[in-house]
Formats: sequence, structure tokens, C-alpha cells
Amino acid sequence: MTAVDVAAPVHDNRKAFAEELMALAAADPRIVAVCNDSVGSSNLVEFRERFPDRLINVGIAEQNMVGVGAGLASMGFVPFVCAAAPFLTGRSLEQIKADVAYSQHPVILCGMSPGMAYGELGPTHHSVEDLSWLRALPGLDIVLPADRAQTREAVRMLAAEPRPTFMRVGRHKVPDLPEPSTLERGRFQQVRDGADVTIIAAGTMVSRALQAAEVLAAEGVTSRVLNASWLAPFDDDAVRAAAAQTRAIVTAEEANVSGGLGAAVASLVATLPAGQRVPVEILGLHDFAPTGSTNVLLTRAGLDAEHLAEAAKAAIARA
Amino acid sequence: MLTTDLEQVLIWRAERDRIAAAEPAEKATLLAGRAQAIRRRVVQMIMAAGQGHVGGDMSVTDILTTLFYETLRIDPADLPENRDRFILSKGHCAAALYATLASCGYFSPKELGTFMAEGSALNGHPNRVKVPGVETNTGPLGHGLPVAVGQAVGAHLAGSPARMFVVAGDGELQEGSNWEALMAAAHYGLENLTLVVDRNRLQQGARTEDTNGLDPLDARLAAFGCEVRSVDGHDHLALAEAYAPPVTGGPVAVIANTIKGKGISFMEDRVEWHHKVPTSEQAEQALLELA
Ligand SMILES: Cc1ncc(C[n+]2csc(CCOP(=O)(O)OP(=O)(O)O)c2C)c(N)n1
Ligand SMILES: [Mg+2]
Repeated sequence: MTAVDVAAPVHDNRKAFAEELMALAAADPRIVAVCNDSVGSSNLVEFRERFPDRLINVGIAEQNMVGVGAGLASMGFVPFVCAAAPFLTGRSLEQIKADVAYSQHPVILCGMSPGMAYGELGPTHHSVEDLSWLRALPGLDIVLPADRAQTREAVRMLAAEPRPTFMRVGRHKVPDLPEPSTLERGRFQQVRDGADVTIIAAGTMVSRALQAAEVLAAEGVTSRVLNASWLAPFDDDAVRAAAAQTRAIVTAEEANVSGGLGAAVASLVATLPAGQRVPVEILGLHDFAPTGSTNVLLTRAGLDAEHLAEAAKAAIARA
Repeated sequence: MLTTDLEQVLIWRAERDRIAAAEPAEKATLLAGRAQAIRRRVVQMIMAAGQGHVGGDMSVTDILTTLFYETLRIDPADLPENRDRFILSKGHCAAALYATLASCGYFSPKELGTFMAEGSALNGHPNRVKVPGVETNTGPLGHGLPVAVGQAVGAHLAGSPARMFVVAGDGELQEGSNWEALMAAAHYGLENLTLVVDRNRLQQGARTEDTNGLDPLDARLAAFGCEVRSVDGHDHLALAEAYAPPVTGGPVAVIANTIKGKGISFMEDRVEWHHKVPTSEQAEQALLELA
């Protein structure tokens, strides 16, 4: 069993992202960064100082930014296109569809401060629709690193083998996951095992899922916890195994429930043979959030350890 | 949804009437006094919330004050379909808009104390579903002008005399949607549409001209079919004049040349005050300077 230290230090993954990108860029002149007046919020100040020619700031113009990224990719560069996630995905959705996914230009779209990270700035600045929107695009990988190690590994993997990808780079601080915190294309990581319920969590929710597992353990309920760090291509095998080996599934994501992780899990479980069609509880966002801090809004949406544990028990009760 | 504060509406009406009747020198003094009061309120709101966009709030205040106390044909207690419409497209400066709307009585000035607090209607970006006086939700840059084009076309269709005013940031003009909207505005001959550009020459991370330059902005706006008026964006009388209907029959673009952080010496024209929050000592100093 993995003990979770609730007082563990927490980190802003943007820092690990920028450090790794800079280290790689020093050795690989193909790596460029593209941004939208977001040099500061994407943590690219140092990158600009060290590689002034390779930081392309197109100004506040996200559609242009993604198109420029596709053009750079077609010239053999490895563009990391960095902008606040809501504007990167919402504003440039057609560029992501036509210029990146459909054209198969290997652009790495880096959605900064995703989910509810912008708290009181409100729904225009929350990026909770991104998973639904982008999961609908064939040929686009979706990566949700859950801690610093996974963030660094994602940057390394995508720089080494660039492909059309959207990755979330979290601002809301999270603890490091138990080691080894690795990453594999199209795979979830099992970060804890148990027999009663499987909690499948993504990004910021993984550490909360581990806390929920502790709450449940104290009540005699054992949990498997999966880190859904690579959402597309999807890890069908992990979900099938969870359905076969545990009695219920709970999903947790800092995203709207209409088409993200939970929807992907539920649509797979629905196709399983009768005996394996376990109950699924889907936790996430349902509406435009009221004014509140990130933590307040996450708790309101049931995205904290206590609500997660309750949802797990509800799912098991339906088994 | 917040509700109209009728008592405050009466105060605003009296002040507005006084401004309307005043000689130019007195009018300028009255508008300047009102603007400084709004600036002070904004500083207090940002201090209470612990966040906000103070630089752009200070640069846009005179633009807003002149609109709401001199130009717009509006009344918070009476909202007919043919009223003038105002959209703050640079929605990150919600605090300046809220303080202005509250001073007009769209809602109680007491509400300003809840800016960005849990459950408040006064979110970091304006929401028309919750805040009277907000005509459309903004926050992502480059949304106001297309909506105003629709309003202006709608006014033509309805035979309404309403005029549409949009305030956009200068950095915001890097969004292509603005230029698509301007093309349509000229094409449809929208003399009832006025774009006001808060030309403070700074955006979030740097100067506009060092990021993705806009100059020659006047020539560019003219080339897109606007009647361009370039004024001191802190001169209320010049702004009021620039807000007059066009003589050419197309859309008007007012380039309001402003200073980001205007009125607070240590913030003026400094990029870091885009969304930095003052220390309590700095806030004290700011309130003194704005007195
Ligand atoms: C579509 C979009 N992209 C990025 C942002 C982030 N952002 C908020 S304010 C700002 C700078 C705006 O500069 P400007 O329009 O000049 O406004 P001002 O100087 O008046 O504050 C940026 C990039 C946003 N709100 N919307
Ligand atoms: Mg500006």
C-alpha cells in the first residue's frame, strides 16, 4: 500500500515543463516555442533569454499561433505551442482540427493552467471543455501529466518523437506521485492496487484519488488507482482489467463530464459482456462555475478526496 | 442577478444632469473628479480581492467615465430595447466597469466589496447573466466588436437610433476577429458603431510594438473603413467630442491614447502592473495620489 502524505510539498508543473524544454532546446536546434503574449504565464522568460530567435511570440492571436506552429512543424521544427489552455483550445479549435490533427503536422500544443486553475477569473478562463473537444479529433494524442516527473517525461518523449499532441501543463500545485512516476504512450499507470473499486483519475485528480483510497482503506474498502496520464490513444486494456478485477469504477477529472475521461471509460464499459459491465460513477464539471478559488470550485464539483470516497462507495453499492 | 439600486440611480442622474449643463471647464472638473473616485474604488476592490488588472483599469477609467456620465443614452432604471449599448471587450478590466456601473446604480455600490469573493456576481470577468449593465460576457479577447456589429446591424433592422460603443485593448487588436468585424462594419455602413481603442501601448508581457506592432494604427483603421479620431484618452472633453456620431457614415474608431496605470506614479507605463497587486503601503500611496 502506498501511504499518502497530505502535507507533502506541492509543485507548479509549468516550472518542470519550462526547465525540461530549455534543457532539450540547448541540444536540439529544432525545438522552438510559440506563444500568444504568454511569455510570463507559460514560464518562457528564460527560454526567450537563451534562445531569442526560437521564441515566436505572435501576440494575442491564438488562431494564428496554431497555424504558425503547423507551418514550423512542416519545415522540420519541433514546435511547442504554449498558451493558456482555454484560449489555445477554444479559440483555435479549427486550426487544431485542420492544421494539426487532420494535416498530421507534429505540433505539441501545451495547454497552460488548465482545468479550474484560474479560479476567480471565471468560466471564460477555465479550461474544462478541452478534453471533450479534443477527444473528438482523430490523430491527436492527449497527455495529462500528473506531476513533475511525468511533465518532464512528456516533454522528453514528445521532443524525441513529435506527433500531433495536446498536453495539459498544470498550474494548480500538486505533490509528486510515488516513484517511479513514469509515462507511456497510450497507457495508464497503476499507482495503487485493490479489489473493491478502481478509481481512474487524471492530472490534478491523481493525488486526490490516492487520498480517497486512504479514506476508503480506513473503512475496509480496497481501491485500485489508475493515473490516466495518456488519454488518447486510450488505454482500453486498463479499463477492461479494472472491470474484470474490481467491482466498480469511479472516474475523476478536472473537466466537463460530457466527453472526457469518464465518458471514454463509460462508453467502453458499456460494450463489455454482461458480467463485466460494472457500475461507473463519473466525477467532473457540469456547469459554468460560480465565482470561487480553484479549491473551492473543485470541492463544489465533488473533486476532493471525501467526495471521491463517497462516489466509490455509491458505485460499489450499485454492483 | 444583482438588482438596480434606485437611490444610487437618482444620485447618478443628478450628477449627469449637472455635467450636461456645465460649462466646459466645470464639466472637465466634474468628470475628472468622478473618474478619480472610480479609480480609488478600483484600488480598494483589488486590495480586498487580492487580484485584478490594475494597469488597464487605470488606463480605461476616463474612457468609461465619459461614456457613462456624458455620452451613452442609458438609464439603469429604464432599459428599453433602443438604449445605447456598451461592451467592455477588454473584460479583464472588469473592476473598472463594475465600479462605474455601481456608481450609476445598476447595482448597489456595496456589492463592490465582494469583487471576486466566493459566490459573488462580480467575477473576474463580466457576466451579463448576473450583472445588470453588462451587455455580453467578455474575458477572452476579441469578442466585443463582432457582438457590437450584430447589435448595430440589429439596430438598423429595427429602425432604432441606438449607438454601440466597444472598448478594446490595443494588444487585443492583435486578435483577427476584430478586423473581420471592422470589415463587416464598413461593409454594412455601421455609422452607429464606435470602437474605442485603449491605446496604452502595453499588453500583458511587453509593449505592443515590441510584441506584434499595431502602428500605423490610425492608417490601418482608416484602411478598414473607419472614421479615425485620435485623442488624449485622459481628456474627458476630447473623449466626449470623439464619441460624437461620424460625419462620413461609416464606423468610428477612437484611438484613446492612454497611460497604463494612469494616476499612480509608480505604475504608470510599467508593464509589470498589468496584473500585479499592490502591497498595502503601495495601495496607501496610490489612494493618496488619486485623492
Ligand atoms: C483570447 C485571449 N488570449 C489571451 C488572453 C490573456 N490576456 C488577458 S489580458 C491580456 C493583455 C491584454 O492587453 P491589452 O488588450 O493591451 O489590454 P490592456 O493593456 O488595456 O490591459 C492577455 C494576453 C485573453 N484574456 N484572451
Ligand atoms: Mg494595452
